Amino acid sequence: MKRRLAYLLSFLLVLTLTLSACGQKTTTTAGGADVIKIGWMGSLSGDQAVWGQCEFDTVKMLIEETNAKGGLLGKTLQVVGYDTKGDPQEAVNVAKRLTGEDKVVAILGPNASGSAIPIASVLEAAKVPDIATVATNPKVTVMDGKVKPYNFRVCFIDPYQGAVVAGYAIDILKAKNAAILYDVGDDYSQGLTQFFEEYFVKKGGKIVAKEGFKTGDVDFRPQLSKIKATNPDVIFMPYFFKEVALSANQARELDIKATLLGGDGWPSEQLISMAKAAVEGAYFANHLDFDDPEVQDFKARYKAKYNKDVELNGYLVHDAFLLLVDSINRAGAADSQKIRDALETASITGITGKINIGKDTHNPEGKDAAIIKIIDGKYVFQQKYAAE
Amino acid sequence: MNTYIEGILILAGINLMAVLGLSLLTGFTGLFSFGHAGFMAIGGYTSAMLSVKFNCPFIPAVLAGGLVASFFSMIIGKLTLNLKGDYFCIATLGFGEAIRLILDNVQYFGGARGWPGIPNSTNIWNVLAFNIIAVLFLANLIRSRHGRNLIAIREEELASQVIGINVFKHKMISLMISAAYAGIAGGLMAHYMTFLQPKMFSLVKSTELTIIVIFGGLGSISGSVLGALILTALPEFLRSVSQWRLVFYGLAVIFIMISRPEGLMGGYELTPSSLKKLLIRFKNRSQGKVKGLEGGNK
Repeated sequence: MKRRLAYLLSFLLVLTLTLSACGQKTTTTAGGADVIKIGWMGSLSGDQAVWGQCEFDTVKMLIEETNAKGGLLGKTLQVVGYDTKGDPQEAVNVAKRLTGEDKVVAILGPNASGSAIPIASVLEAAKVPDIATVATNPKVTVMDGKVKPYNFRVCFIDPYQGAVVAGYAIDILKAKNAAILYDVGDDYSQGLTQFFEEYFVKKGGKIVAKEGFKTGDVDFRPQLSKIKATNPDVIFMPYFFKEVALSANQARELDIKATLLGGDGWPSEQLISMAKAAVEGAYFANHLDFDDPEVQDFKARYKAKYNKDVELNGYLVHDAFLLLVDSINRAGAADSQKIRDALETASITGITGKINIGKDTHNPEGKDAAIIKIIDGKYVFQQKYAAE
Repeated sequence: MNTYIEGILILAGINLMAVLGLSLLTGFTGLFSFGHAGFMAIGGYTSAMLSVKFNCPFIPAVLAGGLVASFFSMIIGKLTLNLKGDYFCIATLGFGEAIRLILDNVQYFGGARGWPGIPNSTNIWNVLAFNIIAVLFLANLIRSRHGRNLIAIREEELASQVIGINVFKHKMISLMISAAYAGIAGGLMAHYMTFLQPKMFSLVKSTELTIIVIFGGLGSISGSVLGALILTALPEFLRSVSQWRLVFYGLAVIFIMISRPEGLMGGYELTPSSLKKLLIRFKNRSQGKVKGLEGGNK
């Protein structure tokens, strides 16, 4: 028995050593004076893997393209990416690994606010800037009125998104009564609900029903029946496309005629294939217009390389990458501190719109949301809309 | 020290804290719990509340977290410890999930969006200090009368009742100490991450703790220590195989469980005296096997 234990332990030891050695080798041999290392983190496993995978693929593609054009500052770019599982604790580990072991100059991602918030102290200790992609929680960049020195992002924030949807519902759709169905166990859903409610009431509307469900639920009929009894003009559904498809189908089954509203968790090819008829005529706020001519080139390149459609995160990480490249160019050196300083004054035109980083917020200031309507199973751009 | 390695060690230490508690409950008392992440959450949120809202210093805040978790475990214990067999396990499972869902919806604590801005006070040294105290306390407890009673209950509940051990009381003591350990682990976690989100304390976390205890070996403190170190570090070592790392992690655990069902240490302890015995035996064997020397003491 002792011998078997010894075998086992040595086997484990050898396994971990070889694996870690492999990992070390790939990073050190490729690393050198002529390489600029960029970190990426996000969900490659777990329920947000679809988006994370698309982000990572986009970053890899953009880096290949940049290197083919001669790189940056005469050096080649290299990406080091790790999976966070969408878990805060993993995100902290990854941030420590990227800054401490791999010595990246800057980090792109993560997509989840819950992962972007706890890495702030790691970034501050290592003095490495990070550009989050779709982390919309205000506290990602600003905490208690103070801006976090090393956290940036390229997306709009939840209060803004909630206000846009509420404002659009009242001003353009002339809605008076709104019902909300939301996920009580999800941070994104809670945030949007809160800000939609605040703004809708402030604009003179009335919330007639607010029903919750739990992450993973597939039957929304009890909540929808209650909502139906209050006869709302619009139903706000601030959660992700899978649940949106299920709940929209069930709402139509129950003969609810109200217009459906949503946020940036909606856009996905999956939504249309799962609930084409149910989401017909629904509106949602998005980061960009998918049919914008500016976007087409990137969409085509991605499709040609991976034979898949770009998910929403791909567009935002594309702009995060542009922002970073611009800042490295202006900093004139692959130095984290200089890149951070350059990021603070960055102003570029990305495919999701103009990105002017605000010095006091580290958010892209004045970035308008795009209102999208679903017509015949297509995402049709309505207008750029900004809540005052 | 490299911050990355240091980070892993701190995490291993925090996990160890919770695992030691669970080891007492599962390994020495024979009660399975799938709700220890719930106790961690209670400890974490309590200590965070004390240090953020009431400016309480780090150590008292963490200890208070342990106390509050222990208090909650007393309520759970009163209700469920009289249940026989698997019912207790199911009850703890429900408790853990309930705690998480409640925290998801308490806006005072930030709800599901999480609670940022907790002071960063956990470092490798205070985690190490907590761990050493925890191990010493547990080792002494196991060797005390209470510890022997717990082991007796694990081995044969009915018989121990017959010889006059108050089974309910001892199970309760074990559960409360175990929850206090988990609560302290939660407090350390809160002050390491500087951020709390109910998602961090899901059922997955509870099962992870149970896996570590069983992996290390039921009824062995040194097994729990080894288990916590190995299973916290393993997924990080495996980062280089990216998406496959969790598969490898699972395979490693399955492999251990098949080849060594009693866990890494399986009831053995690594103490100075047991090490000496092992050394002597090893020496004897390599010196042409001196016969008779170790015949008596196995």
